[in-house]
Amino acid sequence: MERKEQKELAITAAKARLLAVEAVHRCASGHPGGSLSVLDVLTVLYFHTMRVDPKNPRDPGRDRFVLSKGHCTPALYATLALRGYYDVKELDLFRSIDGHMSGHPDMVNVPGVDMSTGSLGQGISAAVGMALAGKLDNKDYRVYAALGDGEIEEGQVWEAAMAAAKYGLDNLCAVVDVNGLQIDGATADVMPSEPLDAKFAAFNWNVIHVDGHDIPAIAAAFDVAKTVKGRPTVLLAKTTKGKGVPFMENDAGWHGKAPSDEQLEQARAALNEQIKEWEAM
Amino acid sequence: MAEKIATREAFGKAIAAMSAEYPELVVLDADLAGATKSGEFKKACPERFLDMGIAEANMVGVSAGLATCGKKPFCCSFAMFTAGRAYEQVRNSVAYPHLNVKVVGSHGGLSVGEDGATHQCIEDLSLMRTIPGMTVVNPCDGAEMRAAVKALLEYDGPAYLRLGRSAVETVTGYESGEHTFTLGKGVTLRDGTDVTVVATGMMVQLALQAAETLEEEGISVRVLDFHTIKPLDKELLQKAAEETGAIVTSEEHNVIGGLGSAVAEFVSCHCPVPVIRHGVKDEFGRSGKAAAVLEAYGLTAEVLAKCVRHAVEKKAGPKQ
Repeated sequence: MERKEQKELAITAAKARLLAVEAVHRCASGHPGGSLSVLDVLTVLYFHTMRVDPKNPRDPGRDRFVLSKGHCTPALYATLALRGYYDVKELDLFRSIDGHMSGHPDMVNVPGVDMSTGSLGQGISAAVGMALAGKLDNKDYRVYAALGDGEIEEGQVWEAAMAAAKYGLDNLCAVVDVNGLQIDGATADVMPSEPLDAKFAAFNWNVIHVDGHDIPAIAAAFDVAKTVKGRPTVLLAKTTKGKGVPFMENDAGWHGKAPSDEQLEQARAALNEQIKEWEAM
Repeated sequence: MAEKIATREAFGKAIAAMSAEYPELVVLDADLAGATKSGEFKKACPERFLDMGIAEANMVGVSAGLATCGKKPFCCSFAMFTAGRAYEQVRNSVAYPHLNVKVVGSHGGLSVGEDGATHQCIEDLSLMRTIPGMTVVNPCDGAEMRAAVKALLEYDGPAYLRLGRSAVETVTGYESGEHTFTLGKGVTLRDGTDVTVVATGMMVQLALQAAETLEEEGISVRVLDFHTIKPLDKELLQKAAEETGAIVTSEEHNVIGGLGSAVAEFVSCHCPVPVIRHGVKDEFGRSGKAAAVLEAYGLTAEVLAKCVRHAVEKKAGPKQ
């Protein structure tokens, strides 16, 4: 990836982080921690990797994305807004009774959302269905799904993993946002799921480790996934929960909590500083 | 002689026969294709049959994903596992985004027989009915099943289809042109003036038998076949309540939450008349030959007839 593009994507991700935190603050509700951790992955997907057209969000030939960790709407809705699916002002009605920007992704009402998700473990199955449809129809679109490392405790994820391997879905690429934390604490304490690479490999998936905040590395990993034939790929993206907002980083407490007015200002200052630093580069 | 066939058998043959006409039709099963008869489709069209293994939650989710890409998936297993085990996947991945997935529950009710309570689903109609926007269909015979499959292929939205295990007599007249099948519209199989039996699934046949017996006693029974439990045919119900003054519902299902509840909910509000619910009295089933289990739980024409007599008494009001 060219340095210029890396810089643009990093700035976009920081802007999306800001929008996400502001949206959660505005309605005093939502999930900032996991939204911030997955945002570099989302930015690479929507601004670099995926073949999508915001003017034609239902194009049958488009690449698809399923946010299986559906609670991270602040990240998804902000990314879709910046990508041009709708105006950034729509985020004002996030989680509000006056709008349709529901707490979890709503494919019926939010342009660009490919699957309604929120109940953990279900999105990956839908992604498998989309990839299967692509195979049945000999279409060349690709399907992406983002899961949480807490989410994969759901048995359905592994049912889906088996099915994806059975049907050789090399048009499917999942990303596990490995931030190490879930609502009640560290995943290692709540329900140890490591070694994830060995687990997915045993399910006959191609496994790629990647730094989930290294934009060129994420993009390169998605490119490698495209070349793998006969089986699905999973990116194990090592991330920091709350990434980019120092007081939220690596703190399970920020899984589903809104910042105060003062904390919002701190978050703004930190993210604006990051944007300025990238712009100066 | 009228055809005698299990509705699952009719289902399997119907989807297989329609595979060419509907290229978007895909059929999924969770390792029960032989029992649900989706295996008929597998024989006819193996490239669009997906065996998802013993993993119903994933099967329902995969169906949802297929539907987002324009496919018409029918996902099949026992009622216990599609409507039961995968209830929340049906609710959140299929019904909430209003996707065109047909959730198929075979072996509904006690007529599962020998397998016993763990496999005798008496809650599916209730579970599926309470999900906003779900259509719930439970055909009574082979002809009605064929008509239902066709109607569901034409209908773009989430629906639940119940299949029965045991062979049942054909009592409807779809194929002679006597009846027409419309989702959400009941069928009057027998006219009557004293009381109405609203039945669904294999209880329709028993309702017709009970009506015969009662006719001899001088009770004129109207029999309505409600193949669709949701949306409920309110018009036909209201007419029946107004014209006959008493209703008995009959279903191979818990008396809580299914057809009886649906009818009582409507009638109590819009045309209050006595409603007696015939069905499984809020208890688990057990193993036995299908006929023996049905008898043990009162799912017979005789017990249904008793319920009808009771309804007629109720209609007459308290004894002086």
